[in-house]
Amino acid sequence: MKRITSKPAVLAIIMACVASPLSAQESLPIRNCTWCHGSSAQGYTSAPRIAGQTHRYIENSLLSFKSHARDNPASKQYMWGAAANLSGETARGFAVYFSELPASPANDGDEALASEGKSIYVEGRPASNVVSCIVCHGPNAEGFEGIPRLGGMGHDYLKRRLEQWNEGYHAAAEPMPRIAKRLSANEIEALASYLSFVR
Amino acid sequence: MKIVGLRLATTAVFALAFALAVKAADRDEGGDSAHGFQAKLEYCKTCHGLSGEGYRGYFPMPRLAGQQPKYIENQLRAFIERRRVNPVMFNVAHVLSPATLAALSEHFRNLNPEPIGGGPRDHIALGKTIFEQGLPESNVPACSACHGPEAKGHEEIPRLAGQLFPYTLKALSYWGKERGVGGSRDDTSAIMVPTTHNLTHEQMSAIAAYLSYMK
Repeated sequence: MKRITSKPAVLAIIMACVASPLSAQESLPIRNCTWCHGSSAQGYTSAPRIAGQTHRYIENSLLSFKSHARDNPASKQYMWGAAANLSGETARGFAVYFSELPASPANDGDEALASEGKSIYVEGRPASNVVSCIVCHGPNAEGFEGIPRLGGMGHDYLKRRLEQWNEGYHAAAEPMPRIAKRLSANEIEALASYLSFVR
Repeated sequence: MKIVGLRLATTAVFALAFALAVKAADRDEGGDSAHGFQAKLEYCKTCHGLSGEGYRGYFPMPRLAGQQPKYIENQLRAFIERRRVNPVMFNVAHVLSPATLAALSEHFRNLNPEPIGGGPRDHIALGKTIFEQGLPESNVPACSACHGPEAKGHEEIPRLAGQLFPYTLKALSYWGKERGVGGSRDDTSAIMVPTTHNLTHEQMSAIAAYLSYMK
């Protein structure tokens, strides 16, 4: 009798061992990320949406938190510790996992500024040497390789990132510090508003 | 006493004139002043690379380093006149004064960074053959005949050496749609139309790969 009952238990253990490598995500401590970034990774307060982000950008970001190259206050407070013991393999695993999740737009910018923001995004402001964003980030702000997706990110996050380059943070992220220093406060507000609505 | 007063007045006048000139230069967004030119140059390099080596964004931004000034000038005019269709570069070009344009193209001509490379290496040999000998059976002339044996270009004919792989591939693939638009007789880019029509995608990719590593 005892031998019979143990059979399903053994089988369950074997199944668990076979099943786990098939779904790589199960070996990743996803919850460590989603506590702050939201259970579907759509972002929550100061933690940005990471669902649907380009995987190379997520991986590079995690490594730049670990190396402290990314040094704005929220990074220092939360992400330096979170990434301190991250292996390259785990960083890549997180990056691929979150890049494949569906993303929905934050829609939390000022709608009245969206058309001005779009015009800056597409055309830049050549007369004041503001470059166009579309050439790197793409027609739908979808990102490209290591260049991040911006479409549908939260307004406050986008705004703070654009401001922080001018405050000297994350100086290694060429060419963004040089681009952002040309933007006025109104232009930053308009860009962040427009991008929050992009699908 | 009078002399001292006069001197002071003269100094004040000069100081005022200087201050006004500086203010005018700050406002000069076309970039003709030294200050405006530096800002405009930095603007170009933000996308085209700090040494003009090009940059791989969602759209590839071409290498300008070592480019023929006449080619740059002609292309910027082509954007303005809509002979070459590119919404971003139309906006960039139409605020440039002729003097700034000339100074910018002269600056880029003298830069010589290493090429970014990046084209598929297994295509290089075929690319070299097409570049040097053409494809007689498909009526494709050797690229070197016009662009020079080292692909450095000449006057309105562009330098191709070290150009970004995706940029060259895109240019060859969509030639008549982007360049030589409007059927203007002055537009020398029409020369390339029959050549690009006779190339297969694989041959275009091979040429672009070969050029991407060329110094």
